[in-house]
Amino acid sequence: MDVIVCVKHVPETAEAEIKIDSSGKSIEKAGLVFDINEWDDYALEEAVRIKEKFGGTVTAITVGSEEAESTLRKCLARGADQAIRVDGKAFEGSDGYATAKILHRAIKDMHFDIILTGMQAGDDGYAVVGPVLAEMLGIPHATMIKKIELGEGVAKVNRELEGGLEEKVEVKLPALFTVQTGINEPRYVSIMGIRKAMKKEIKVLGLADIGLTENDVGEAGSWIKIEKLFIPPVEKQAEFIKGSPEEVAAKIAEIIKAKGLV
Amino acid sequence: MREIFVLTEHRRGQIRDVTFEMLTKGRELAEETNTELTAVLLGKDVKEYAKTLSEYANRVLVVEDTKLENFNSEAYQKVLANLINERKPLLTMMGHTSYGVELAPSLATALNLPLATDCIDLTFENETFFVTRQMYGGKVNVRAVVRKSESYIATVRPATFQPQKPESMNGEITEIASPLTEEITEKRFIEYVLPPPGGVDITAADVLVGIGRGIKDEKNLPMMEELAKALGGVLACSRPIIDKGWLPSDRQVGTSGKTVKPKLYIAVGISGAFQHVLGMKNSDLIIAINKDPNAPIFSFADYGVVDDLFKIVPQLKEKIYELKGQKA
Ligand SMILES: Cc1cc2nc3c(=O)[nH]c(=O)nc-3n(C[C@H](O)[C@H](O)[C@H](O)COP(=O)(O)OP(=O)(O)OC[C@H]3O[C@@H](n4cnc5c(N)ncnc54)[C@H](O)[C@@H]3O)c2cc1C
Repeated sequence: MDVIVCVKHVPETAEAEIKIDSSGKSIEKAGLVFDINEWDDYALEEAVRIKEKFGGTVTAITVGSEEAESTLRKCLARGADQAIRVDGKAFEGSDGYATAKILHRAIKDMHFDIILTGMQAGDDGYAVVGPVLAEMLGIPHATMIKKIELGEGVAKVNRELEGGLEEKVEVKLPALFTVQTGINEPRYVSIMGIRKAMKKEIKVLGLADIGLTENDVGEAGSWIKIEKLFIPPVEKQAEFIKGSPEEVAAKIAEIIKAKGLV
Repeated sequence: MREIFVLTEHRRGQIRDVTFEMLTKGRELAEETNTELTAVLLGKDVKEYAKTLSEYANRVLVVEDTKLENFNSEAYQKVLANLINERKPLLTMMGHTSYGVELAPSLATALNLPLATDCIDLTFENETFFVTRQMYGGKVNVRAVVRKSESYIATVRPATFQPQKPESMNGEITEIASPLTEEITEKRFIEYVLPPPGGVDITAADVLVGIGRGIKDEKNLPMMEELAKALGGVLACSRPIIDKGWLPSDRQVGTSGKTVKPKLYIAVGISGAFQHVLGMKNSDLIIAINKDPNAPIFSFADYGVVDDLFKIVPQLKEKIYELKGQKA
């Protein structure tokens, strides 16, 4: 089984203070820590497990600048055999659709049985790259996958529905699956793995190498173009309880008591 | 007259709420753009639904086929592609749900129409289509303009628009012959997989202590359990806690977990992503403890504490026992 896994290098923002930059169209990236997109981390692990069970190769690919190489190195350290980075100035402003076009051109002549992506990226959350890429490649897809069982020429997969429900679907291979969190437990990387990964070569492709023009990518080649970012309007704001931890705890306890819950 | 399509989402004998939410927003958009609102219904033996939908739309287009009995994006895509090509709706809306996420991107690619996903607002201004969506787990909103096109596709975030039944709407029901003459070969629905039965029923608890990724480590679980115990409550959690295997899946609150409405919900180290909030925002009293003053959870909580949860939680446990006149 040859598996291609598409990954994205994204900023971790759950705990960070976010500031909108002077262009108004992006956030200030300085000071933010970047890592592999949460959903892609599970996709990568699933790819490596498939290789371990059935043999074959894992290729990790990203559309991103040189900084994204740390995410590709992580993929190599975790068991990917090769890594590809597609980069170009013109790619800036690409939405999920334009990104899928770039990936399509980079992947279309490679051999693969399965392509895995995360079900969405934690930064822009479009949730489109996987299925668009599949449609361009002319292969079937299934999204939000919680389980993959591989058979002869087909895969049985569990898709997550709402409220804890799942559906089991059979899909013909080759196919593309977008992975939901919790499908597996991503492994930790050994120091040895990291050292070995540092020596591996990362193949870099540019706009011309994949046969696209500037009009196909970036804002020009996208479905949607960001006009402006803004901090979500607050409909209701919590009343903040201030003081030392002890004072705060005493006040909360009183509020709970006043409601008759203690 | 041109139309706005709303794709009906239904499963296991029920039309899902997001359908009525979209029909409500769709009606507003239809008025603004001088178009008609059309509910599109694909399925098998679904005429009963068509009647309900006709009370919300100018028209219901029904396509029935055994191949449409359960959702299958391969089959749905073929039927919708036909309908969109023939009727050229200004906009086709579907839920940003497990079904919409599976269907919309490949449909848009196949038809070469632009798609905007997970929209929390949609407007047409001077014949340009604008959407509002969120980034970075709900910390930032984005207003985006969609590439000019004759016809657009959008997926709409569930529970964003308040469903409202119009005063007098009696849409016509039009049956359309299924275009699915060939077999569906690439994807086959097998069965629904239900969550394992048993376990703790968090929906029955009066007090829930909801814990999130902010608790950092599995070894901090006992501290959280002690707080829940002091309050006579039960531990619930956000999704990452389940994904890491720290608690069983019956404790998950949110769109892919349970919807809870306890008398008290204390959110500890939870950022407040919409998928979590949808599962708990109707609790009677919500208290959030988070070290990030800009965490979205604070706009759903009644009371907020901006501090390190590891300092607050043990103190709170003490104070609760003090009030109860017990020793911890
Ligand atoms: C299709 C789909 C379905 C989903 N369904 C669900 C669902 O049902 N339920 C659900 O919960 N999520 C669901 N999610 C995931 C959701 O989008 C969020 O990723 C998740 O809710 C985040 O969980 P969290 O708030 O615990 O973690 P994070 O977003 O990482 O937040 C952690 C918070 O802890 C705070 N914190 C850290 N350390 C401390 C400290 N020492 N003291 C105080 N505060 C601290 C941080 O400031 C931060 O706000 C779903 C996602 C998708 C795509």
